[in-house]
Amino acid sequence: MPLAAPITNIEELKSHPALGRLMAWNASVVQAAKFDREELTIWVEKDAIREACALLRDSADCPFNYLADLTCVDWYPSEPRFEVVYHLLSIPHKERVRLKVRLDGSSPAIESVTSVWPSANFFEREVFDLFGVRFTGHPNLKRIMMPDDWEGHPLRKDYPVEGYR
Amino acid sequence: MAQFPPTVAEPGQDGTLVLNMGPQHPSTHGVLRLVVEIEGETIVRLRPEIGYLHTGIEKTCEAKFYQQVVPLTDRIDYLCPMTNNLAYCLAVERLLGLEIPPKAQWMRVLMNELTRINSHLVWLGSSAMDLGAMTVFLYCFREREDVLRFYEMVSGQRMMSSYFRIGGLALEPPLGFFEKVKKFADRFPENVDEYEGLLTGNPIFTRRTKGIACLSAEDAIALGAGGPTLRASGVDIDLRRDAPYTGYENFKFKVPLRTEGDVFARYICRVEELRESIGMVQQALAGMPEGPIKADAPKIVLPDREKMKTQMEALIYHFKIITEGFGVPAGEVYQAVESPRGEMGYYVVSDGTAKPYRVHMRGPSFANLQSLAKMCEGQLIADVVAAIGSIDVILGDVDR
Repeated sequence: MPLAAPITNIEELKSHPALGRLMAWNASVVQAAKFDREELTIWVEKDAIREACALLRDSADCPFNYLADLTCVDWYPSEPRFEVVYHLLSIPHKERVRLKVRLDGSSPAIESVTSVWPSANFFEREVFDLFGVRFTGHPNLKRIMMPDDWEGHPLRKDYPVEGYR
Repeated sequence: MAQFPPTVAEPGQDGTLVLNMGPQHPSTHGVLRLVVEIEGETIVRLRPEIGYLHTGIEKTCEAKFYQQVVPLTDRIDYLCPMTNNLAYCLAVERLLGLEIPPKAQWMRVLMNELTRINSHLVWLGSSAMDLGAMTVFLYCFREREDVLRFYEMVSGQRMMSSYFRIGGLALEPPLGFFEKVKKFADRFPENVDEYEGLLTGNPIFTRRTKGIACLSAEDAIALGAGGPTLRASGVDIDLRRDAPYTGYENFKFKVPLRTEGDVFARYICRVEELRESIGMVQQALAGMPEGPIKADAPKIVLPDREKMKTQMEALIYHFKIITEGFGVPAGEVYQAVESPRGEMGYYVVSDGTAKPYRVHMRGPSFANLQSLAKMCEGQLIADVVAAIGSIDVILGDVDR
């Protein structure tokens, strides 16, 4: 099965329930979209992420009610450096969508989605711990994997694999 | 949607007693520490503290070639190594656009269901022992030993098998393997009856599990629970049926569902899954196709030993793959599979080079652990043991 070329035209992808819903709500929050390897990715404006998640969760025709995963990718040294990645699943419709938010490298911060899905709690703590992305409005933003007095954020690309000696 | 308190209180602030359960505690199934605040014997708050087993596997992956990541995935959820292998291999195969031959797919289903049986048996034995049923533990480990022998037959390893590789399987199953699995599959339903005979109607077991650590469907979704924990609360989702991968669409099985959401419901779901899994093993044995076990992609799949000794190209490809790896087209894939504990997702990002740019594992235990506080608050402290057992937490999967 040869790889199909990715589709990046938003108009062509509007039939997907998540993108259609977001575009109908406020087209300016959608920065870009890509359909590649059977998966839809939507880049969302940073300030609108919590509202966008709440909107998709409560959407009547296809509610994305389950936060499957939340993680981050570090694109060091290019800017915007971080991409926070949300994988949503619609349990009734078995649809998936990936939301992405781009963040600058200097003091990256984004609104927490714990008020939308309480399950985001651990995931956001993990991203905070390993990438140093702050989540505003998070109830308990502390290190989760590394010791509390650890210096640095291990999954950043400028952190050596062997650690600092 | 369910409402949860917005802030986490500092321990002991309202005159409660703070009790540490773990990290060294026989009932925590690994190095899990629970900070429990109790008033008398009632739990006011419970907070899991994790990270004791953090080994930085995600960071290590970024420094390895794609094929070198496979053995690392075994060590995440060490009770279902093949499910981890499968999720990772499927993700990379989708990035590459690689087609897998039917025999490899059926073998993957067969081994995966044996893995589920292995994992559920360890869960059943250990969680029943936590509640005082010693015999079940011995019976379960007796059958688990058979499954581990099958692992050893196909891969040479009992636990960290690394049997699935990118593009297919590591080795052809040995002679006599299918007959032995068949013999096991024919006998196994009786073993399940045996376990059920010791537990399902047992008054001690039922009183310690029925109505204990309840989780509503709404809370289970909001807290990100998965697998039997979610299905015991009445949420009908199973990725093998709803988003079939590696040929699961060819198999017939039921998805056990309960609505009570208590420890007993989770127990019933898992025991039913044991029966369904053995049914799938039988189907896989009956319909096992003939043919190659590796994809026809010499630049990605290692050649056979025999070919290496006789063909120049095979030797060159082998040398290239081992020393330089293989490039994977840039892109990203989130591959979710149904592990014995719920949705196991591998998010692999490629930048076009021979090493993954980012590998993230969505551990089902990590997500399930968040529902523990909701289950336990307001319950008795003795029931925490039953609750931990019922979510089947594997700390390797939590901390990675």
